[in-house]
Amino acid sequence: MCLADIPARLATAILCLAFSAATAMSFEIEERQLYDATPEQARLSVISTADLDVFDPIIRAFQASHPGVAVDYVVTGTTDLMQALYDEGATFDLAISSAMDLQTKLANDGFAQNHTPATPTDLPAWASWRNQLFAFTQEPAVLVVSDKFFAPGTAPQNRDELIAVLRANPERFQGRIGTYDVRQSGFGYLMATQDSRNSDAFWRLMEVMGRLDAKLYCCSGDMIRDVASGKLALAYNVLGSYAASHQKNTGGYQIIEMSDYVNVMSRTVLIPRTAQNIDDARAMLDFLLGLRSRKDLVEATGLPAVDPAALRANPSLRPIRFGPGLLVFLDNLKRQSFLRNWENSLLQN
Amino acid sequence: MNGPGSIRKRLFIQLALVAAVLSLAFFLVVRGVAERAAERTQDDILSASATAIADSLRSEDGHVTLDLPYSALSMLGSINEDRVFYRVVSQGKTLTGYPDLPQPDVPPRLGAPGVETLTYRGDEIRAVSVTRPVGTGANATLVVVTVAQTRQGLAAISRQITATATGIGAGFFLLATALSLWAAGSALAPITRITGSVTRRGPTDLRPVQANAPDELVPLINALNSFMSRLRSSLSRTEDFITEAAHRVRTPLATVRAQAEITHRKLNKPEHKQAIREMIRAIDESSRSAGQMLDHAMVTFRADSLAQDALDLRAIMAETCDRLGPTADLKDIAIRREIGTEPVAFTGDGILLQAALQNILDNAIKYSPDDSDITARVAIYDNITLSFTDQGRGFGETDLSDLTTRYTRGANVGDIVGSGLGLTIADEVAKAHGGRLDISPNKNGAGACVSLIFPRA
Repeated sequence: MCLADIPARLATAILCLAFSAATAMSFEIEERQLYDATPEQARLSVISTADLDVFDPIIRAFQASHPGVAVDYVVTGTTDLMQALYDEGATFDLAISSAMDLQTKLANDGFAQNHTPATPTDLPAWASWRNQLFAFTQEPAVLVVSDKFFAPGTAPQNRDELIAVLRANPERFQGRIGTYDVRQSGFGYLMATQDSRNSDAFWRLMEVMGRLDAKLYCCSGDMIRDVASGKLALAYNVLGSYAASHQKNTGGYQIIEMSDYVNVMSRTVLIPRTAQNIDDARAMLDFLLGLRSRKDLVEATGLPAVDPAALRANPSLRPIRFGPGLLVFLDNLKRQSFLRNWENSLLQN
Repeated sequence: MNGPGSIRKRLFIQLALVAAVLSLAFFLVVRGVAERAAERTQDDILSASATAIADSLRSEDGHVTLDLPYSALSMLGSINEDRVFYRVVSQGKTLTGYPDLPQPDVPPRLGAPGVETLTYRGDEIRAVSVTRPVGTGANATLVVVTVAQTRQGLAAISRQITATATGIGAGFFLLATALSLWAAGSALAPITRITGSVTRRGPTDLRPVQANAPDELVPLINALNSFMSRLRSSLSRTEDFITEAAHRVRTPLATVRAQAEITHRKLNKPEHKQAIREMIRAIDESSRSAGQMLDHAMVTFRADSLAQDALDLRAIMAETCDRLGPTADLKDIAIRREIGTEPVAFTGDGILLQAALQNILDNAIKYSPDDSDITARVAIYDNITLSFTDQGRGFGETDLSDLTTRYTRGANVGDIVGSGLGLTIADEVAKAHGGRLDISPNKNGAGACVSLIFPRA
């Protein structure tokens, strides 16, 4: 993930090299921190796609309730996490990722262990799969519009309105639209593929955005920053949780949950087959499933916990469901043909 | 299961065994059918998935390509959470999917999906393969699509089915067992009813059983009735015989004795008189013995089916004293009655009691010296005691317990005529009425005291 500013991440990465046990692996470590415990009774190694500053409060809270467990927290990208566990057999006790499809493939192909939550949770059925994969956040993909382009109340509320607005004022939005480069971002690819399933408007929208010479981004943070500064008029399919937490600091933009449908992504956690410290991994997994009851942590991390009530209140929220369907867009031929279509629509110049 | 025992138990066990066998069969059939249905469901959905993938195969510039339909895999997630694998092979080359997923050696025929159960990545999987030609005419290539799924969901369904079938089977068994218990009871109810009606009868009730019996019991009832009628006629013959015999023996003897006495008076020679006296003595002995033997036969006969009449023991005692009064007078023996004035209620057979008392008093008179006293007494304490106390020779050194044995007489009977049956009769009557015969020496001097002791009603 690309939220942390580059110099800090570089510094951490260099520090990491000093004690990295995984240097032989070819997957890229973005950040790494060892949370000490004195006395250290056990060590829990976590591979995650969530940035260190986002996850820091959770790890500290976990250590407070499980003293003696040192946590080795390794941050990497979704694709790198997949590569580490699937191809390189890296040893981690817990894997946390925002790429539901890749996590599903890990579980489907036998890289995850079974886990039965210690305390019965009222986790909705869609939030776990095979007793191996567990969702612990509920994060919508939203439209972010700049205050400079849209006065309050004038922003489009669904995809058809968005297409209409863009078509009506091509010169105004030329080069001022942002969205994920789905070739680079696993999250962007997942959202785009879900969009393509959900609505015919998606491909029209891509065509329109392609004509307007849309800017492509790797990460939500960069898009949010550019929308806030007015460099972009709007950014499509931005991670709602990041947009919300940045809004407190910077402002200058509105967050729109589309009224036709909103894809809702979940961060998922699984215990890899290679896990060594399974007991503490289970404890941490249960701790993450209990995130809902820790309002302070939700507040501190900006990670919205799984909330069935919110889904009932807003029927346009569509949580992405686990299951073999998520494997379809990971199919090589399918991926090639989807990216070909996407490029044809979006890269017209 | 052979031999005697409870019919109800045997019937119940046999019915319960049948129920157990049926329950087991039911369990196996239900589980078999349901599991086959579950298996069939998985096969169908795998086959639908493979067909959906095959349908999206197309030829582009002579190459086979595929746009994997979303529904082809998502449909597999709708029935369970099993792991899904797929592979598409065109001319021996894996087009997409899991390259190590096994495919059948011989591609399945067109339109007929091949189904296999294999082990893949450590799990049992169910794999369905379909063959599809892609392209046109002679350029068509055969593509084999395999879709596979692990069988944990099936195992879970199977466990659930097994649990349900077990529950139903056990419930069926319990219900059937309860019903067989009821059925056994109900089938045996007529037997219980008839047993009850036969048991409730009085000792002399030998009428045929009229119970409304089921067909199976009719022969038994008929046999019982015929047996009872034979018994009834046999008993009545015995009774007639005893009565007849008493009459036919006593009457001629009495006649002979009267003739002998007349002759005795007419004769003058002492040696002839002596001979006649011997004859009279022998006739007396015969008459007495015959009487007692008949009494004894009657006691034995009547004691088997003891009458339950309401009696007054005091009256019977008085009547006995009255009846033997003349005999006692011959020897100048006085019978002193200490029998009170109140009736003494008792339930039993009056004829037997009278016979018993008569024999005891007769004995007392016989062994008492002339001009002595016999005390007849009715005493009521914890028991009812009817006793006769004489001033005769007593029983001497005789073992008292042997006296009640048939034909046993005391050691000191001397010249007195007797059969040895008197006390036996009294003893048997006492026992038949739940009492006993007590023989003891007279506490106030010479003689003996013989008592019938009965429990108070």
